[in-house]
Amino acid sequence: MTTSDYLSAALLTTGGLFFLAGTFGLLRFPDVFTRLHALTKADNVGLGLTVAGLALQVDSWAVAGKLLLIWLLALLAGATVSYLIAQGALRLGIRPWKR
Amino acid sequence: METLISWAIDVALVLLVVSLAWRALASTDLFKAIVLFIAFGLVLTLVWVRLNATDVALAEAAIGAGVTGALLLAAYAKLRATSPDAIVDRAGGISGIGAISLLILILLVAAALGYAVWTLPSDYAGLGKEVAANLDQSGVSNPVTAVLLNFRGYDTLLEIMVLLLALLGAWSLGITIPRPEAAPGLVLDTLSRLLVPLLILVAAYLLWVGAHAPGGAFQAGAVLAAAGVLMLLSGRELPAALATWPLRLALVLGPATFLMLAVITLILEGRVLKLSPEWAGRLILIIETTATISIGVTLTALFMGAPPGEEDR
Amino acid sequence: MQTLLFTLVLFLILNLGVGMWRVLRGPTTADRMLAAQLLGTTAVAILLLLAEATGSAALRDVALVLALLATVTAVAFVRRTLPYSENANDDE
Repeated sequence: MTTSDYLSAALLTTGGLFFLAGTFGLLRFPDVFTRLHALTKADNVGLGLTVAGLALQVDSWAVAGKLLLIWLLALLAGATVSYLIAQGALRLGIRPWKR
Repeated sequence: METLISWAIDVALVLLVVSLAWRALASTDLFKAIVLFIAFGLVLTLVWVRLNATDVALAEAAIGAGVTGALLLAAYAKLRATSPDAIVDRAGGISGIGAISLLILILLVAAALGYAVWTLPSDYAGLGKEVAANLDQSGVSNPVTAVLLNFRGYDTLLEIMVLLLALLGAWSLGITIPRPEAAPGLVLDTLSRLLVPLLILVAAYLLWVGAHAPGGAFQAGAVLAAAGVLMLLSGRELPAALATWPLRLALVLGPATFLMLAVITLILEGRVLKLSPEWAGRLILIIETTATISIGVTLTALFMGAPPGEEDR
Repeated sequence: MQTLLFTLVLFLILNLGVGMWRVLRGPTTADRMLAAQLLGTTAVAILLLLAEATGSAALRDVALVLALLATVTAVAFVRRTLPYSENANDDE
């Protein structure tokens, strides 16, 4: 395994941990808004680290570009959808959880 | 070690798919069933990938998890809006003797299918060899596209007709769709302005790449429909000028071109859709392009629910 | 490297199963839909990992299409279904 392989492995594993954190948050957090927060962590950071780890492994810039595009899309979509769902939930009268 | 993990992946996928399907069918809450169905489509995409059927995985991702999900959600909203009391607990299932005998029947069918698959010879390639042998005469290098558009072209012709028929059926029900709703905010508006061109670009890419890699007309058409659906969801309506004959033209363009080609080949070559090797590549591209446009417009029109101009204001 | 990729895929599939639990629990419609969103993103990651592990470049196209279409489904939920859903305690 070369250096880039070790770096990839580290990035991919950390990405996987963030996905786990996102799922864990989805299960344990007390209301819609906090769960949306957990969801976007998995989306942004988890997918981002995975894409970074994979980009080190591919052999052409075009493919790395495609991976980057997928991640940017997930960022854009995650941010917008979270905002829309949270706004919609507030309009319905769902109140954020208070301790 | 690797094959063990591969095997574990496949087992996990099977368990996930079966439990999603079971919970979707058994759920008493209609919305829960819809979301479970969308999740089922997502996991099914992964199953197709593991089975090496990448074209089908593309179609499942675009149609099963995407367009159908949006259609079901819109239908649920319409149901909720017009008759809120209609969505009660879905009736509890059968019990007792009926349940036991149904379970036995299902297990028997599953066992028969399992036996049939298990006893297949391990080098069974189906018709793969024949397709590979004739691939260079088909005009494309993706075997799936060759089969769909050349070797079994009349199947695809009928499928496109069926899609148009489905739209006619849905439109002739005379159900009007209540138009919500608040104006889309800045965020949604910006999202649609960014995504719709990207979706159209991806659709064109899938259409082009279908000749030599997984892709093709149905997948591209579904992504194009997603662009149309996103435009509708962002509050844009079809301009009245386009809603009369241009819309109808776009709807029939695909089926009509395909049908015309079938008639021409019948006259010239004596057999329906027999494409000569030197023209096949170009003809397939023409058919796929018109089919993509038609499929995209048909699915979007299906999402509209009623012919434009006849909706509730 | 291959083994790591396949192990991560297995790990993410188990994550899918756990996320499914949130779809089943709810309690609001928004909860179910956002769980479906997470399932979608996880599936995208799985596809990208498989693309590298099996050398199949077309899987990246599937991941791209999935990412795009999952967004459209979520927008359909927000614009069509969410205004009409009941509050927390009525479904389930």
